[in-house]
Amino acid sequence: MSDEKKGWKELPIGAILEAGTAKNYKTGDWRHIRPIWNKEKCIQCLRCWIYCPDSSIIIKDGKVDGIDLDHCKGCGICAAECPVKPVKAITMVSEKEIK
Amino acid sequence: MRKKLAITGNEAVAYAMKQINPDVVAAYPITPATEIVQIFSQYVADGEVNTEFVAVESEHSAMSATIGASAAGSRAMTATSSQGLALMFEMLYIASALRLPIVMPEVNRSLSAPINIHADHSDTMGARDCGWLQIYCENSQEAYDSLIQAVRIAEESLLPIMVTIDGFIISHAMEAVDTFDNKEVQNFIGKYKPAHPLLDIKHPITIGAIDFNDYYFEHKRSQIEAMNNVEPVILKINEEFKKSFGRGYGLFEEYMMQDAETAIVVIGSTAGTAKVAVDNLRKQGKKVGLLRLRVFRPFPAEKLSKALSHLKAVAVLDRSTGMNAYAGPVCTEVASSLYTHSDLPASQQAGKKPKILNYIYGLGGRDIFVEDIQKVYVDLENVAKGEKTEKLINYIGVRE
Repeated sequence: MSDEKKGWKELPIGAILEAGTAKNYKTGDWRHIRPIWNKEKCIQCLRCWIYCPDSSIIIKDGKVDGIDLDHCKGCGICAAECPVKPVKAITMVSEKEIK
Repeated sequence: MRKKLAITGNEAVAYAMKQINPDVVAAYPITPATEIVQIFSQYVADGEVNTEFVAVESEHSAMSATIGASAAGSRAMTATSSQGLALMFEMLYIASALRLPIVMPEVNRSLSAPINIHADHSDTMGARDCGWLQIYCENSQEAYDSLIQAVRIAEESLLPIMVTIDGFIISHAMEAVDTFDNKEVQNFIGKYKPAHPLLDIKHPITIGAIDFNDYYFEHKRSQIEAMNNVEPVILKINEEFKKSFGRGYGLFEEYMMQDAETAIVVIGSTAGTAKVAVDNLRKQGKKVGLLRLRVFRPFPAEKLSKALSHLKAVAVLDRSTGMNAYAGPVCTEVASSLYTHSDLPASQQAGKKPKILNYIYGLGGRDIFVEDIQKVYVDLENVAKGEKTEKLINYIGVRE
């Protein structure tokens, strides 16, 4: 790894980076609980998409299509906001159980 | 038109800011720097400048807004003093590490507690390692000239710069100041071309990103190198300034140093008082000199040690205290530079370095007089003769 890293003389002045680098930074491994999305129960209200602080609800053609687990930190806001009753369309499951 | 004006230090600084005509000024008032932005905001209200003036709620916000404006791609300035600079502390490091060429006049004032509004150098000395360039001025004329130079120095080196004057002693004292024509100033500073403006939407960038143990050190190393490279930039711009305006300033000023056997090193307005002391003693045939340090960051270690190494004894006057550091901040660095730089080969250096004394003076605006400084030269003379020094750190003007 260290061979690939740049020396100080090669770095841009002022630690400037290209835009949008957060996308390349996988924050998903911080997660200890994982949102499980149930396509059949989902009513496509998009509340999870509105509330997700990490833009991790994947939308395709205006509809929820899954969760970006590379960036989801597992905060559980999507599950808390999901209005579907009695069983929500998004539920949080421990990463330990999944493994 | 060039005009000779009878103005205070603060007025001279505000006048220079008007002629610089920055794109953005964000500031919060604090004694004794309040007038600078108060006068400047009048220029804004009267339409004499094109500046966007942001009246913020604290100095932390003042520096934050100035950083934002500078990062966006504008020529941005602010001004402060003492507690205001202390409140900016965390943002100072961000301005310098993002390599934003912010120019900030700073009026030197003591730090609380006890509350005191008068001159000493505790405020900017506390910020000496934050990656900002620091120029300490002796008088209003130098402050006016230095501020105009500072725009060029900052923008060429991509480092922020503070230009300081002693609170009240310079900030509120009226002096004759030679000022230039607006156009001359504009021609000298030139049009600002930001290196990486955030508002350039065709070239989107990220600034201020997180930088862990894999890259932080490299970014700091690169920042240190930028500081290391500023000295020739300051000297080059000073030469251009001399050509345009007929005056100039070096990294430090040498007064009667050529044949001097002992000398005082001092920064700020006290140099004026010390020059009178030197003149008096020269009339008595004493070989005394004065070195007024002007550029404290970058610290001109090599040139400074060359200028002092031939002396028998040197007294460094500090208008702030290191609070049980080895000595006051100026003395510590002067002594260090003399220890590590010398024209002589190492084998011949033993016993050849000048003896050093440190004098802490003027805290919280305590006056220092010509006689006080002459007494320091007497001490130096005795030390030069071989008298043993009792203490490294001495105090001028404090009641026992």
